[in-house]
Amino acid sequence: MSILTFTLRNRPDQRVDMSPLTGNMLQDMQIEDIRKLTLRCGKHKIEVAQLFDIYGDPGEEFIIRNSCNKLDYIGREQKSGEISVEGDAGAYLGMSMTGGKITVIGSVGIFAACEMKGGQIEIKGNTGDFLGGPLPGNQQGMKGGIVLVKGNVGQRAGDKMRRGMILVEGNADDYCGSRMTAGTIAVMGNTGRYLGYGMKRGTLLLWNRPDIPPTFNDCGSHTLTFLSLFFASIRGLESKFSDPVAVFNRVHRWGGDMSSSGRGELLIKIG
Amino acid sequence: MIINGVTIDETFAEAFSMKATRIIITAHNSKWAMISAQAMTGMATSVIGCGCEAGIERTLTPFETPDGRPGVSVMIFATGRKALAKQLENRVGQCVLTSPTSAVYAGIDGGVALPLGKNLRYFGDGYQMSKQIGGKRYWRIPVMDGEFLAEESTGMKEAIGGGNFLILAESQPQALAACDAAIEVMERVRNVILPFPGGVVGSGSKVGSKYKALGASTNDAFCPTLKGKTNTELGPEIESVMEIVIDGLTEEDISQAMRMGIEAVCNLGTGNGVRRITAGNYGGKLGPYHFHLREIMS
Repeated sequence: MSILTFTLRNRPDQRVDMSPLTGNMLQDMQIEDIRKLTLRCGKHKIEVAQLFDIYGDPGEEFIIRNSCNKLDYIGREQKSGEISVEGDAGAYLGMSMTGGKITVIGSVGIFAACEMKGGQIEIKGNTGDFLGGPLPGNQQGMKGGIVLVKGNVGQRAGDKMRRGMILVEGNADDYCGSRMTAGTIAVMGNTGRYLGYGMKRGTLLLWNRPDIPPTFNDCGSHTLTFLSLFFASIRGLESKFSDPVAVFNRVHRWGGDMSSSGRGELLIKIG
Repeated sequence: MIINGVTIDETFAEAFSMKATRIIITAHNSKWAMISAQAMTGMATSVIGCGCEAGIERTLTPFETPDGRPGVSVMIFATGRKALAKQLENRVGQCVLTSPTSAVYAGIDGGVALPLGKNLRYFGDGYQMSKQIGGKRYWRIPVMDGEFLAEESTGMKEAIGGGNFLILAESQPQALAACDAAIEVMERVRNVILPFPGGVVGSGSKVGSKYKALGASTNDAFCPTLKGKTNTELGPEIESVMEIVIDGLTEEDISQAMRMGIEAVCNLGTGNGVRRITAGNYGGKLGPYHFHLREIMS
């Protein structure tokens, strides 16, 4: 039995809505039915077989080969299963997904993990803006699950994030954690301006000292027990975060954003 | 049945259905984890007068605790969910939260959830923070020594309370030495606690009293100083009787603890003054669990 594989023949001219293809939807389908599934491409509808060479056996796991940044909504509302994307992915990767796993070898566009509720997304490249954010106009971003980014993330990562974890091995651009209401964002690299802008609650865990906004107050240095649990919970990830060397529980705490309700925190690694 | 000269009576221990939970207490070092656990399990020998029965199940290495610090596993038993929840909240709030560097976690996953940090969080006066880690919710409560960490809830299980056996010896020191030997091995059994002081009851009770206000009174049939004045269960050679009470999660757990304890006592034998092992029951009409001594030891 071989894993179901979609190989993109050519880079499409228009953006493609990949949301009909999720692990939980494909597992009970015949390959012929999968070929005939329609995808929205620009203002047209086309069959999957027109875009992809398809082989393998349907199951909860599938691979998208030769992927590019025109493929939007990969893994949208996925409940279970595993998607491996070999190449880049477009916008809204894993939007509203509740379970399963998505792995992207390349980089992804804007609004990855948008309103995600559960499961795991691993991105080996970079992400666009609004990682884990809400759809424009909505009040809550990511509500659960884990997003691991090995590269850098764009602006407003974790915007209005409600729950879950965003782990960034690289750098985070401006407005990281803006308007967060809960959850945890950990950044091993550097962070841009306006960190935690309008943050109500939640945790920004940082390896490097950022430009601390004036609306965050110094709460001193502390040893926090919960960090042991945090690192233990991500021990299974293939990431720098799971390296025992990365583990620490001694931090400098800044409370804010005091221009909002001010119950969030920046925790900056000491030493 | 006679083991190493010690008579095992043809009788049974009568035990009752209870509700139980387990929590893990950790601290900066094992000394403070133990102090916290001892405070929490203090005055918790019997549901009759304490509202619950609680004890230390075992100590935990840093590798066995959620936060990688030394810890202690504590079990608490009560007659119902409400009583258990109340005792748990009061004891954790007054003894663990107040204990320096402590943190508390669930020791039983699943089942009916009993609030742990869920209500204690209000001590944070609005500064408390919630964190969901690995599918579990924790509360970070700012306190004077730093931050108190408590898991949202712990699980409750059906359990059994009141497993017991009595050691009848020729002298008080010999009865105590037999108890010490039993406790040493019984403490190794998982899922059980020995709620009385040091695991031993020096003043076992019977149901009822000549005084209307009392529901229980001294077990005169086993009091050696009353041998000539009451309907005694003791022979002329018995000068002291001590009881070991066991609460556990399952019949198997209690049976195993009783077997190991009685074995240890019998190993001392008559040469050390141990003459008889018996058990406390109410005629078998009150408790649904009967632990027959000879079946356990066969």
